[in-house]
Amino acid sequence: MSIRALAWIPILCIFVGVVFANRTYPIVLGMPFLFFYIVACIILSSLVMAIVYALDPANRKGE
Amino acid sequence: MTSAPLVIIAVTIAIAFVLALLSRAKKRMDLEQWAVAGRGFGALFVFLLLAGEIYTTFTFLGGSGWAYGTGGPATYILAYGAVAYVLSYFLLPPIWRYAKERQLLSQPDFFTAQFGSRVLGALVALVGVIALVPYLQSQMTGLGLIVQMASYGRLPETWAIAIAMLVLATYVTLSGVHGTAWTAVLKDLAILAVVVAVGVILPARVGGLHAMFTSIAHLRPGFLQLGAKGMGVPWFISTVALTGLGFYMWPHAFGAVYTAKHERVFRRNATFLPLYQLILLFVFFAGFAAILIVPGLKNSNLALLAAVQHVFPTWAVGVIGGAGVLTAMVPGSLMLMTAGTLVAENLYRPFRPSATHSEIQVVARVVVWVVAAVTFLFSIHSNAAIVALLLMGYNFVTQFFPTVVLCVWRRSWVTLPGAVCGILAGVLLVAYFALTDHTIVAGLNSGFLALIANFVVTLVVSAVTRSWEARRMGQGNAPAQVQAASGFET
Repeated sequence: MSIRALAWIPILCIFVGVVFANRTYPIVLGMPFLFFYIVACIILSSLVMAIVYALDPANRKGE
Repeated sequence: MTSAPLVIIAVTIAIAFVLALLSRAKKRMDLEQWAVAGRGFGALFVFLLLAGEIYTTFTFLGGSGWAYGTGGPATYILAYGAVAYVLSYFLLPPIWRYAKERQLLSQPDFFTAQFGSRVLGALVALVGVIALVPYLQSQMTGLGLIVQMASYGRLPETWAIAIAMLVLATYVTLSGVHGTAWTAVLKDLAILAVVVAVGVILPARVGGLHAMFTSIAHLRPGFLQLGAKGMGVPWFISTVALTGLGFYMWPHAFGAVYTAKHERVFRRNATFLPLYQLILLFVFFAGFAAILIVPGLKNSNLALLAAVQHVFPTWAVGVIGGAGVLTAMVPGSLMLMTAGTLVAENLYRPFRPSATHSEIQVVARVVVWVVAAVTFLFSIHSNAAIVALLLMGYNFVTQFFPTVVLCVWRRSWVTLPGAVCGILAGVLLVAYFALTDHTIVAGLNSGFLALIANFVVTLVVSAVTRSWEARRMGQGNAPAQVQAASGFET
């Protein structure tokens, strides 16, 4: 399986995870939980795409 | 001294005009030079520019207004960027390669080249211009609101929007088709400073983030999550899908993909651009603080400006207004220019091959004023939320997605009639929903339903017309290359 499949993780977190994250409490880092959760998804997507970028063979050939 | 804001805003507009004139007198700064200049600027400067780049009137006044008016559903604005960037990692490199091989210039060129059909290219240009109108309207509405606010209510709304229209169209006429990079730099830095200041100071005024959200949650239970006004979880999912898929389907965004130096740029960008979305939190915080500072506004677009007027001294109101003006002018002028170029190059030129270069330029300039005037007419009779306007634009522009994604990964699944029927079906459905005022249907974003219908029509019509398409290609109408511009290198 290609490393690119990892990209599904943030996508699933946003589209499926929101079903469970749609709540006001607890307030985390000063934000309602839904806002905190979406912020966490954004940071996660950046991390996951950095891993994909680093390991994807497409970015190694033809320097 | 309530005229201070108006003076500062007038000076800001004057500076933008002067910069536009200067950049024309000297060498034109095209995207290539811009990128080169970017390398000389240093990492911190580029970081600040990219952070400011996120802000248009949509994010600045629209984002805060939506936080104020709808609450939880505003989170879609944070989420869709992340979805768009993940998708961009896979979708943009093959589009870039295809465009580079054929030296394409605009979005309609991609469709014309794929199917060897100028009619499809013209259809795409037309839908693109239609989609740009509500987007432009959001910038014009925002600009008008700022002018009106700065006059402390002395200017009637219609006059304020008329001034906004004249400023935008004049700016585009002055700056020419390339735009002015320095105004964009000024805008990015000014808005970033303003948004951070406003996003910190306004919540601090009402006791800090935690206290602010606790009291909002007490005042209006459920407001800070999805579910209010029919915007529940299904609405969120369908809207994030629609806008995430449509993000790069805007004519200006699609065309900008072609200008990248290397396809790896897109993959690298996908790793850090999502983080810039977090800068939007500041406007949301400001919008939520406005609930406690200036409750009960009829027009939610005014939330941030009204709170600012309430809390800041008049000179600061002027500075914030000035930054807001630039934030409407820079993207607004880009959209006007895109509309002008689309009509001139992809609607006018193909059907008048004898047109000279200067004739095309005249057409583009005339279209700029026509589109500005049409947008003005829509703006004066509308009280629509800025975010609702942008969503309307997305309803139209995402209808390109099925054909684009099939061209990239399943080229043999889509034919010319399939693409035309799919786009038409999607656009007509969107128009029907818009005219009958259905933004939410069965809990879902209506544009998303149109997208599904579009996908189905595209696939079915393509399957039925496959042999016809094969004959058409055989008769010399064939595009240069029919193989998929394979996205997944092995």
